[in-house]
Amino acid sequence: MSTDTSKPRTSAEIGGMGHSVKRKEDPRFIRGRGNYVDDIQLPGMLHMDITRSPYAHAKIKKIDTEKALKIPGVLAVITGATLEKYKLHWMPTLMSDTQMVLPTDRVMYQAQEVAAVIATDRYAAADGAAAVEVEYEPLPVVVDPFKALEPGAPVLRTDKPGKKDNHIFHWEAGDRAATDEAFREADVVVKEQVYIPRIHVASIETCGCVADFDRVNGKLTVYMTTQAPHAIRTVFALVAGHVGLSEEKIRIVSPDIGGGFGGKVPVYPGYVIAVAASVVIGKPVKWVEDRMENLQADSFARDYHMTAELAATKDGTMTALRIKTLADHGYADAAANPSKFPAGLFSICTGSYDLKHAFCEVDGVYTNKPPGGVAYRCSFRVTEAVHAIERITDRLAQELEMDPAALRLKNFIPKDKFPYRSALGWEYDSGDYAAALEKAMDLIGYDALRREQAEKRKKGELMGIGISSFTEIVGAGPSKHFDILGIKMFDSCELRVHPTGKAIARFGTKSQGQGHETTYAQIIAEELGIPAAHVAVEEGDTDTAPYGLGTYASRSTPTAGAAGAIAARKVREKARKIAAHLLEVSPDDLEWEPGKFSVRGAPQKSKTIQEIALAAYTNHPPGMEAGLEAVDYYDPPNLTFPFGSYIGVVDIDRGTGEVKIRRFVAVDDCGNIINPMIVDGQIHGGLTMGMAPALLEEISYDENGNNQAGSFMDYLVPTAMETPKWETGKTITPSPHHPFGAKGVGESATVGAPPAIVNAVVDALSHLGVKHIDIPMTPEKVWKILKEKGVAE
Amino acid sequence: MATHRIRVAVNGAAHENEVESRLLLVHYLREMLRLTGTHIGCDTTHCGACTVLLDGRPVKSCTVLAVQADGRDVTTVEGLEKDGQLDPIQEGFYQEHGLQCGYCTPGMMMTSHALLKSNGNPSEAEIRQAISGNLCRCTGYVNIVKAVQHAAAATRAR
Repeated sequence: MSTDTSKPRTSAEIGGMGHSVKRKEDPRFIRGRGNYVDDIQLPGMLHMDITRSPYAHAKIKKIDTEKALKIPGVLAVITGATLEKYKLHWMPTLMSDTQMVLPTDRVMYQAQEVAAVIATDRYAAADGAAAVEVEYEPLPVVVDPFKALEPGAPVLRTDKPGKKDNHIFHWEAGDRAATDEAFREADVVVKEQVYIPRIHVASIETCGCVADFDRVNGKLTVYMTTQAPHAIRTVFALVAGHVGLSEEKIRIVSPDIGGGFGGKVPVYPGYVIAVAASVVIGKPVKWVEDRMENLQADSFARDYHMTAELAATKDGTMTALRIKTLADHGYADAAANPSKFPAGLFSICTGSYDLKHAFCEVDGVYTNKPPGGVAYRCSFRVTEAVHAIERITDRLAQELEMDPAALRLKNFIPKDKFPYRSALGWEYDSGDYAAALEKAMDLIGYDALRREQAEKRKKGELMGIGISSFTEIVGAGPSKHFDILGIKMFDSCELRVHPTGKAIARFGTKSQGQGHETTYAQIIAEELGIPAAHVAVEEGDTDTAPYGLGTYASRSTPTAGAAGAIAARKVREKARKIAAHLLEVSPDDLEWEPGKFSVRGAPQKSKTIQEIALAAYTNHPPGMEAGLEAVDYYDPPNLTFPFGSYIGVVDIDRGTGEVKIRRFVAVDDCGNIINPMIVDGQIHGGLTMGMAPALLEEISYDENGNNQAGSFMDYLVPTAMETPKWETGKTITPSPHHPFGAKGVGESATVGAPPAIVNAVVDALSHLGVKHIDIPMTPEKVWKILKEKGVAE
Repeated sequence: MATHRIRVAVNGAAHENEVESRLLLVHYLREMLRLTGTHIGCDTTHCGACTVLLDGRPVKSCTVLAVQADGRDVTTVEGLEKDGQLDPIQEGFYQEHGLQCGYCTPGMMMTSHALLKSNGNPSEAEIRQAISGNLCRCTGYVNIVKAVQHAAAATRAR
């Protein structure tokens, strides 16, 4: 279905697609009655805290738990040796690597878990963790991923028999020979080193769990900050099956989650230790990390060193793209990618442009840093890909002395070429890139801004305008190519309509703030005409929800949302037959409008969905099962490709190097929109998480592997003061293959914003010869450039 | 570890408890009094998720000891609603989509509630400055500002 549904088809009372229905989850949150993991208090519950390594790479000579065990309230100290007895000291990662739960031999990153203390309250647990004495023998540290690949570099994964280097994987896509040929023949080639540093999602709620093993029933319940509860359940069953955990006796409950953004996808060692502790002790064990642990030990995002090259004719037609990347994965490849994609969906890097030739390659490397990476509010490795193409496009514009908007318009994939097969093998579903850019240019007043810039330049004022015209790739994904540890990436909805015409819908995804309790109800409302207010939505309890792969990489609406629509259509088809029975006509004689079936030609003869629901239990047709429900497991035929054009205006303070975003217009296209209010909220948040790495956020390490941004004192998350008043616009280009033409949008802005901001800052300084700046563009970094160019005040 | 007997009025109800010297006010509220609406988001007093009112002034309860609240009045998010009537700030957050995951929301509302008591018609800049000690990762702050403006207008209209 590809019709534009920007005008709602249903009434406000029903609240189907296009209505800005107020959120059904809000009543508990505004009263402080949310149920987050740390709010859970169970009888007899114990607390766990973790002793962590100060060294980035060291042998463990000795762990002395005597002092810790003497502290009142401390019941046990768990070390690698304890877990080794149960073969739980190592665990598999999602990318089929292995990582330690607790070490028996050596530590591989600063803040790595070394021992866990179980105590009767959290203060005693903290006292205990501080009292565990560990003797270390420091080893040479590998921090620079380039040096990690040099011959003679210390080999980090000595646990892997026969491993002689720090190389993890090589991955490539595209036609190398044809691309190299195109580069040789090109009129113009631009090349740039683009580094995207390590960052951290830093959701306001950190990670944690309450593991509760019931000895009597042999059942393990884990309340957990997880974005993918079913996958976790299966992983626990596979990893801990040998200690007696069986999948039907494992229940993962993802309650209210205070922000995920990809950081709550991995299985962190703390979860596994808490589960082991609960199984052994037979009491609930709570583990909640503090912020420093969260920033220093959790999975990072990004850390891609890219060399991007773009070839073009002298009139500005792009002909080829080549990108070589070194991916710093920390000491284990614990990336949260679909298993066949070690570099995620990086091959979206041809972006919004009609490039005939392209080739990209990524090499992963081990270093003494926490394992990862996760997709910080984006699809897998798409932020990196979009940053590269949007930056190199602006470089080309600068080289050709062409306006960056004109260069983009010249090279966009034309809207009549969709579905479009990119040079790197993706079939883009739909797009109208020119319309989005032209709308953004109109909203921001592009031509007037260029005139203003010319005037300001004469006076020595540094003003820049930056564009980013991105294409995202979301909704993983079709079973042909996508799986997580072998589990295909379908998603699901189980829908049941009650006798009084209300409904409950359960899904395999898990909202962490995206508003599924509201938007999924709106999908059902759209298909069945049952008011969204009457549709209860549940997610997150693996005992009741149908199997799904969770919420991340903007996959929910494309997969689970689709399953909801299809399940509702199955219900509608049964409802049709019941209505036909009640009205004594053939099902083909009935016409549907939201909420009721009427007889064609005799519209006064009708049955509402509520009347039909009651009949399903009180007067169902002979030969038909009673009840009114359906399940759908949706295997998407393709990914979806949301896109947009963002334009930012910056003014640079010549005295401080501070970049002030004066205005920022974001025009997004996510196909048909369920709830405009929620979509705008997602974009505001995504823009802020795009600005943050562009200007503020970075986790770096010194040469000894010491984390330089291990708390909010140094890891700078934007406040309301730095964040501009975002301006948003929309175009609507439905997805032709999605049941209601939607695409997913929660993360587009995090992907699209950073290059727009960098492009604006470089644009402000290009007349001084500046060609590229790596993020974050901190005041210090920018001021140094101003000083170097002789324009600092 | 020494303990102290403290008497604290929380949302108008009197409480008397024996607490360790080092017990943080946020843990006192969440674990002893089971008022889990106040949240913990950091360990360096930056995020503001733990904001409550102490004698009407917003404070970060992770950086206040429970003993410092002895003899004083604490208001938490649970104390905003009165007799089934939402506070204008709660209504504003609901109407303007000022929350997504809800985790920063209690702290954000307590700070905003206190702002509106001292400034009934704050400008956008004044709102952003007032909530600069409350971090949010979901919303990008645009709708939070609108929520506070909504509450301010509703309060002035009363």
